[in-house]
Amino acid sequence: MKLGKMISKSALGIVAGSVMALSATSAFADGHAKSLTIAIVNNGHMENMKKVAEAYTKETGVKLNWVSLEEGVLREQVTSDTATGGGQYDIINIGMQEAPIWGKAGWIEPLNFGAEYDVDDILPAMRNGLSYNGTLYAAPFYGESSMVMYRKDLADAAGVAIKDNDSWDNITKAAAAMHKPDAGVYGACLRGKPGWGDNMAFITTMVNSFGGAWFDKGFKPTIDSPQWKAAITAYVNLLGKYGPPGSEGNSFNEILALYNEGKCGMWIDATIAASFLKVPGVAYAQSPNAGNPVGANWLWAWAMAVPTGTEKTVEAKKFIEWSTSKAYIQAVAAHPDFGWGSVPTGTRASTYASAEFKAAAPFAAAEMAAIDSAAPAATDIKPYVGVQFAAIPEFPEVGSAVAQEMAAALSGAKSIDEALKASQAAADAIMKEAGYY
Amino acid sequence: MAIVAQNSKFGIFGRPILAWVVAMVFFFPIFWLVFTSFKTDADAVKPEFLFFFTPTLDNYLNMTENYDYWRFATNSVITSVLATAVALFVGIPAAYAMAFNPARHTKDILMWMLSTKMLPAAAVLYPMTFLAKGAGIFDTHFVIVLVLALINLPIVVWMLFTYFKEIPKDIIEAGQMDGVNTWGEIKEILIPLAWGGIASTALLCFIFCWNEAYWTVRLTTTDAATLSKLIEGNRAPEGLFFGRLSAVSAAAVGPIVVLGWFCQKQLVQGLTFGAVK
Repeated sequence: MKLGKMISKSALGIVAGSVMALSATSAFADGHAKSLTIAIVNNGHMENMKKVAEAYTKETGVKLNWVSLEEGVLREQVTSDTATGGGQYDIINIGMQEAPIWGKAGWIEPLNFGAEYDVDDILPAMRNGLSYNGTLYAAPFYGESSMVMYRKDLADAAGVAIKDNDSWDNITKAAAAMHKPDAGVYGACLRGKPGWGDNMAFITTMVNSFGGAWFDKGFKPTIDSPQWKAAITAYVNLLGKYGPPGSEGNSFNEILALYNEGKCGMWIDATIAASFLKVPGVAYAQSPNAGNPVGANWLWAWAMAVPTGTEKTVEAKKFIEWSTSKAYIQAVAAHPDFGWGSVPTGTRASTYASAEFKAAAPFAAAEMAAIDSAAPAATDIKPYVGVQFAAIPEFPEVGSAVAQEMAAALSGAKSIDEALKASQAAADAIMKEAGYY
Repeated sequence: MAIVAQNSKFGIFGRPILAWVVAMVFFFPIFWLVFTSFKTDADAVKPEFLFFFTPTLDNYLNMTENYDYWRFATNSVITSVLATAVALFVGIPAAYAMAFNPARHTKDILMWMLSTKMLPAAAVLYPMTFLAKGAGIFDTHFVIVLVLALINLPIVVWMLFTYFKEIPKDIIEAGQMDGVNTWGEIKEILIPLAWGGIASTALLCFIFCWNEAYWTVRLTTTDAATLSKLIEGNRAPEGLFFGRLSAVSAAAVGPIVVLGWFCQKQLVQGLTFGAVK
């Protein structure tokens, strides 16, 4: 009988404890009035920011609470936060796909900084991509296009050369020549992991370079077009034959690890990768194309924005003004753990004018050329804004559905024709349901 | 039939081998997770050298130094323990009433309780977020304890109801004859008699609370964030840092695997209750 008493007393004690925990938590939350909660995606430059921003806390006394979130969860949390009055996050990390859409929807604050911020120093492609109706809604933390990063030593040894804007045929031949799986070197490492920001980022640029696009003028998907078939055939041939095994599981971070282990002859991916490459003998070339250079290299930025629901708008804007400024780039360069080779690139013209940066970053000229040539504006062939994505709210859903089919084609689980047919049907259903036609 | 099977060659050799194979299949993902957590991100994605590599503790050090693992782990312990306690506190009297004093609609009520588990969580995401914010309890231990206790309550009541049904009603009635009141019946008679069943129910409820990810990720920001949120935050937008992610996942599931190992007898009893009736 004593056991029964003990258990019931413990249960009562625990329930009472939970009430105390509630009050304790509330008191803790109120104790940090001068703090900012920042939702970030988990990647290299964001991680570096946590360390560099310790100086900001020292200088201003503002405590920074970092919350790392997966991109999809981040998007979901911000939308539910906004719909329910906001206040969960003071600063959010968003990409170029969301910035204009969320700015238009009124979910994020317009950003107007002082003259010292020098907004004109931000590269025009980035400024335009993060604006809606000429107003900046998100400040670029780092930006990127895409380019070829290849091992010149391996290419020379194999007797092949890779040129700027090379043809896909030549790229495939070069990959075949460098492909030595017995020695642990694979000709081409490309994104294969399904995701609209993963394999589809690369595949879309490839489709663009073949003269294809996601949608026609009436926003009907065109995945059943000959351009898509030609591009996907070339992609499956290149990565399937000359890529590392299990490529359908590789995206940026996995390939970066492989590349730094000397496992890749070439890698066509985000220019930002260049600042993380540690192997010697890397050379750079502008993205290949199959006759249509428009949209053959992508444009993207991870940016900082202030959700409209926060009560700390002024403090949040101040932090963004600092973290996307020239001073922040200088702070990374001066930080003992980093240096000029690790500064976030692709945002400001002044970075590329810096002699120290140019000395530390052999990729600087190629990166700048790629960003300058990226073409996100709508054209007759591609009647929507965005290079490797379409700046419409439905795109993540469409892109994710097609991404699965492309991974299936790459792994051989489906034929290319089957994958394209299923992709067209899935995209068509989503666009119809959204009321485009 | 059982005797024949035991004496046959399959009974002597086949069954233990089959048991080991099944155990290996279930254990392999955990083994691989822990194995990968000692690799660098580069080693983790290499197509070759799966078993030969230089082990490193960097992933674990990074997790504790840069990701504040202990704060997330503490929150997981607090919310799981409290939610289990609250679920039992409500569930024991509820199951007692249904087991010993059934009414005309008791079975319907039990079915209704179970049917709430069939509602997709996403369907109530907005109302729950709105309510939590409106009540000022968003990102507190209180809201997580409340939600975890409520979503596990149907399972707790069902399990306890089945255990309590096995206790002869005469014992309870004998207590009543001795003048014990309802609360006395529960704490002096029922709980000591059904202690094994309550323990296995508590254990399963604790495991479900610990592993819950949908609400613990979505109703928290920093103060009440649990290990589920730590894992979620380590999923990078463009590919994965496999070594790092494996270390975080291993450290998150580790305590529950150890707990399950020590309490496997009770767990099996809990999972197979009523199976031989």
